[in-house]
Amino acid sequence: MNIVELSGVSKTYHRHGGRLLLRNRAKEWVSGRRPETFAALKNITFELKRGESVAVIGQNGAGKSTLLSLLAGLSKPTTGSVFVNGRIAALLDLGCGFHPDLTGAENVTLNAALLGLTRKRTTEIYDQIIDFSGIEPEFVNEPLRTYSTGMTMRLAFSVAINVDPDLLLVDEVLAVGDAAFQEKCFRRIREFRHSGKSLFCVSHASGMVQELCDRAIWLDHGEMVMTGAISDVVEAYHGRNAIPA
Amino acid sequence: MHTEDSISALQEETFGTGGGNPPVGTPGSYRGQGPIWQGDLFFALSSLIIKDFKIRYRNMSLGVFWSLLNPIIMMGVLTFVFTKVNPNNSIPHFPLFLLCGIVPFNFFTAAWSAGTTSIVDNAGLVKRVPIPREIVPIAAVLSNCLHLLIQIGLLFALSFASGYSVNRYWVWLPYLWTMEVIFICGLSFFTSAINVYVRDTRYVVESINTVMFWMVGIFYNLSIVPQIYRLLYQLNPVAALILAMRNIIIEGHAPRWQLLVQLTGVALFAFLSGFIVFQRLKRRFYDHL
Repeated sequence: MNIVELSGVSKTYHRHGGRLLLRNRAKEWVSGRRPETFAALKNITFELKRGESVAVIGQNGAGKSTLLSLLAGLSKPTTGSVFVNGRIAALLDLGCGFHPDLTGAENVTLNAALLGLTRKRTTEIYDQIIDFSGIEPEFVNEPLRTYSTGMTMRLAFSVAINVDPDLLLVDEVLAVGDAAFQEKCFRRIREFRHSGKSLFCVSHASGMVQELCDRAIWLDHGEMVMTGAISDVVEAYHGRNAIPA
Repeated sequence: MHTEDSISALQEETFGTGGGNPPVGTPGSYRGQGPIWQGDLFFALSSLIIKDFKIRYRNMSLGVFWSLLNPIIMMGVLTFVFTKVNPNNSIPHFPLFLLCGIVPFNFFTAAWSAGTTSIVDNAGLVKRVPIPREIVPIAAVLSNCLHLLIQIGLLFALSFASGYSVNRYWVWLPYLWTMEVIFICGLSFFTSAINVYVRDTRYVVESINTVMFWMVGIFYNLSIVPQIYRLLYQLNPVAALILAMRNIIIEGHAPRWQLLVQLTGVALFAFLSGFIVFQRLKRRFYDHL
C-alpha cells in the first residue's frame, strides 16, 4: 500500500523579477507571451510504501523544498499527479504560525489548531507539549518575544511532533535546540518510525537522516538523479560532490 | 554504473505498478484521502480570531476603550460642524442620527481593510500550513466583531439617553448585521485574493472607503438624495444598513421589505461571487506570496 505516489510531476515557476504589477500582467496578457519560466522540478516519478521513510538530498536550489510543498498540498504541480493517502503533517518552518506578542501557552493552542488538532485533543496533550519542550513553567505565560531562539524552536517542534500524522514532512528542522533536546527529538522520531508511520525529510545527507530513513532521492536542478537504498544514494552523492584530491 | 542501474530499476518499478503515467502536458493534480487538512475548522477559525484580537489590544494602555473613543470623537466633530458651523439641518437627535451611520461605516472600513490584506499579512501561514485559505479573510473580518459589539452597545446607550426605548423591530438588528458581515466577507474574498497578485489593491480599497464616507449618508438623510441617484444608495449594503438602523432605532418602524430584499440579495451575491473568485485564485497563492 502506497502512502505517496508521484507520477510525472513537474513544477515550473514564472520568472517575473518579483514584479507584481498590473502593467506587467497587462503586457503579458496583450502580447500573449508567457513570462519566462523556471523549472523547479522536472518529471519526478516516485512511490513510497506505508511505513517506509525517505530522505531527499541535494544541493541548495535542487527542488527539495518545492517537492515537500507539493506533497503538503500547499502548491499545485504544473503537470503530473501527486497522490497522498493518509493524514499528513508538514514541519516546513518551525513556528510559522507563532506570534511574538502572544504567550507561549497561547501560541501552542494557536499552532495546534492550525496544524489540525481538535480543541479536545489540544487540551489533552497540552501538558505533554510543554513538558516535551522543556520550557520552564514560569516562562509559559510570558510573551514569545522574550524567549530565546532555542526555546521558541523547541516549543514549535513539540507542537508539531504531537500532531501524530501518518506521514511527517520535515524540512531540515531536526537541528533544533541544544544537544540534549536534539537527542530527545531524534528519539521521538524513531518512536514515530517504529509505530509504522512514514517520514519524508529533506536534508544535506547527515548521519542522523541515514539512520532514520530507508530510502533516498537525490535531486539535482529539479531532476531526479538517483533513488534507492539510502546508503547507496548518500555514497554516490558524496562521491559526486567530493572535492577531487 | 551504480547510479544508472538504480534509475532504471526505479523506472521499471514505478512505471510498471504506478497505474499509468499521465501524458505530458496534462494539468497537475493533487489527490488525497479526504481533504489535505483534516483539522477542526471551528477551532482553527476561533483561534485565529482570538489571536488577531489579543494582538490588537495587548499593547494598548486604553485597550478596548479605543473602540468607544473613535466613534465618540467622530460624532462630536460632525455634530459640531453640522449644528454649530453650518447649522442648517432639521434632523432631530442629530448625534444619535450620526452614530447610526458611523457605527456601520466604521465596521465596514475596518473589517474590509483587514480582510483585504489578510492573505498577504499571513503569507507565512498560507505558505506553510495547508489550512483552508478561506478561513484567513473570514477570521480577519470576524475579529472586528467584538469592536463592533462594543460600538453597538454605545449606540444603544445613546438611544436610551435620547429618550428612545427598545421596540419590537429591534429583532431585525441581528439579521441586518449578519447580512453586513456576509457582505464584507464576500468583498474580502475578492480583494484579498486579488491583493496577492496586484499588491496595490489595498490602496484601492482605502480609496473606496474614503469615498464611502460621503456616499452612505452618515450625516445627511437619504430622502434629500435626488431620485435619479437613489439606486446608487439602494444597492449599497452599507447605506441600506444605515437607513434600516435609523428606521428601527429612531423612527421606530420596520425597514421596508424592498430594502431588506436588496440588502440580502447584494450580500449573498457578493459572498458567492467572491467565494468563486477566491477558489479560482487561491490555487496560485503559494507561487505569488
